[in-house]
Amino acid sequence: MQRDLGKRPWTFYALSAFFALFVAFLYGPMSAIFVLSFQGPTGGLTFPMNGVSLRWFSALFQQERTGDFAGGFTRSIALALIVLSLTVAISVLAGLAFRRRFVGSTPVFYLAVASLIMPGLLVGLGVGLTYQTLELTPSWYSSALGAQLTLTLPFGLLIMFAVLSRFDRAYEEAGRDLGASNWQIFWMVVVPILFPGMIAVALFGFTLSYDEFPRTLLTAGAKNTLPMEIWGMTTNVTSPALYALGTVTTLVSFVAIILSLGSIAIIQWRRSRGPMAAKMALANTQAALTNE
Amino acid sequence: MIPGERHTAGRGSIELAAVTKRFGETIAVKNIDLKIPAGSYCCLLGPSGCGKTTILRMIAGHESPTEGAVLIDGENVVGSPPVDRGTAMMFQSYALFPHLSCADNVAFNLKVRGVGKAERRERALEMLARVRMKPFADRLPAQLSGGQQQRIALSRALITNPRVLLLDEPLSALDEFLRLQMRGELRRIQAEVGITFIHVTHTQMEAVALADLVVVMDQGQIEQAAVAREVYDRPRTGYVARFMGGQNVLSGTVLSREANTVTIKTGAKQVALSAPSPAPATGSAFEAAVRRDHIRLSRAESNDGQPGVNAVTGRVAGIEYQGTWLKITIDEACGEEFVVNLPDRIFFADPLTIGEPVLARWDADKVHFLDSNAKASVGSAQAGHSEMATSERR
Repeated sequence: MQRDLGKRPWTFYALSAFFALFVAFLYGPMSAIFVLSFQGPTGGLTFPMNGVSLRWFSALFQQERTGDFAGGFTRSIALALIVLSLTVAISVLAGLAFRRRFVGSTPVFYLAVASLIMPGLLVGLGVGLTYQTLELTPSWYSSALGAQLTLTLPFGLLIMFAVLSRFDRAYEEAGRDLGASNWQIFWMVVVPILFPGMIAVALFGFTLSYDEFPRTLLTAGAKNTLPMEIWGMTTNVTSPALYALGTVTTLVSFVAIILSLGSIAIIQWRRSRGPMAAKMALANTQAALTNE
Repeated sequence: MIPGERHTAGRGSIELAAVTKRFGETIAVKNIDLKIPAGSYCCLLGPSGCGKTTILRMIAGHESPTEGAVLIDGENVVGSPPVDRGTAMMFQSYALFPHLSCADNVAFNLKVRGVGKAERRERALEMLARVRMKPFADRLPAQLSGGQQQRIALSRALITNPRVLLLDEPLSALDEFLRLQMRGELRRIQAEVGITFIHVTHTQMEAVALADLVVVMDQGQIEQAAVAREVYDRPRTGYVARFMGGQNVLSGTVLSREANTVTIKTGAKQVALSAPSPAPATGSAFEAAVRRDHIRLSRAESNDGQPGVNAVTGRVAGIEYQGTWLKITIDEACGEEFVVNLPDRIFFADPLTIGEPVLARWDADKVHFLDSNAKASVGSAQAGHSEMATSERR
């Protein structure tokens, strides 16, 4: 008897339905918020829509009405960019260092990764307490920055491990063989080859910091970051401005993701045989991100 | 003159003096002495893990010897970086920089030395033209085939004007057809530039076809270093004979001896052979080799009995057609594999069939005596020396 290879087994449909459910859960609430953020001037927090307007977006930037959105947004972006730069620089260098099995490398690695397991709120509490004990003033650019790095650095390091496991040491040797100094090898060979991986680390650093809450809550000091600001608003803002805020912040995250995935795909495309391979590279990156 | 450009034709002689390399507990290279004359094509040949790549990397400066010295043109280069040695290496994976075009890959050495952009480009294109890759100058390495990538790697190494070019298994990533083509090309380029080429390979025929000097290695030691013909035709040890192929090794203990023959016990058989004089003592180990194509075959009554001196009996176990000749494998002939290569005309005049008992016979002057205590006895090798190079142990 011949089996019809074109026919799909029932599991295909069951798993597809499960995936559809997952997508509905992920994007359903988000699209409701997205739609409601364009609520008319007299509309409320729920459906139905009372006309369409951009009123709630403009309301966001009026400090007295909705809290300090503009300030929180600026601080969060600035903090995310600082975290991004530090995470990329430190993760790349640490990843390179871990390639040589230096004395104590295993304990150091476990110590670094343990901070991923520790509850973020406790890390934040600890940092806050320490600042108080030392009589330092906590702020978003000092204590909160440190607290966020405890999350982004181990992440960045793990990504660099994955990237470096596919990095052939012969590239560095070839550079040395051709007369490059260590400095030239690093900038002309290692960094360009690792660049797509560095973009992935940067993306993680940025997005993790941008919406970080538990570690930042007790360490941000007097001036709030955006997630703190949103948290405050959910308790005292009762207009669709809240939804407008959700839409704007989500768009920022999407732009960050599209920019980084896009640039990785372009680099991979240039280095490979053509569009097909770039698609594969993009798919791989997406798979890596989804696994997170 | 730009520093680093000091190549003069005919330079690039290499000497390894008592070189040992340890990685932790393992010894990769054991107390090796080797001289490679300037301008020669040398192949380091051996199975994987024999230390050949380690030797290459020590000459290149990517590894330092634990003990001993590496001399290039009489100067100890241990500790100095690759460029100062005048060596250039072609990596097994080619290690072409994936983010740079072919021209930029080739021009890399010029760039790190601060040569201007226009001159860099011009000289890179010149070098690419030499390997017929100029039309591909602006492609990225991933857009090229394996053979093309190799040419780029070769030009990138040659643009440094090295005295010595080191090639780590350069042909192993290519398919059979390309391998033969690139083999010819490597030899052509070596003759053209006139510098020393050191080529690591585990393929016997590649080494034999290319090299002026073949260095056969095993377990971190040199078994034989000689011209290709000598290594193939007059292997020094049983190891070399077996590794190079083309030889039948008769190895065993001496049962009895006469004026110029010995009888040895090998496997379940007793074989009588021509022996050197004085013949080795009874009870000692004895090894000799006979080339597969120097043996005549005839049908026999049975596969035991006494066939006389310089002959063995056995049973046909396999027949492989090879075009102009046939590879006949014979079982129960001696302690190990016994193969006869027969020209096709002789075989097809009276074809043998599998399972038939046969008598294999050879002339006394075709017996080649091997150094059966190679690892222990030093300098007694009769075939270890050639006019090209010598390898001696301490």
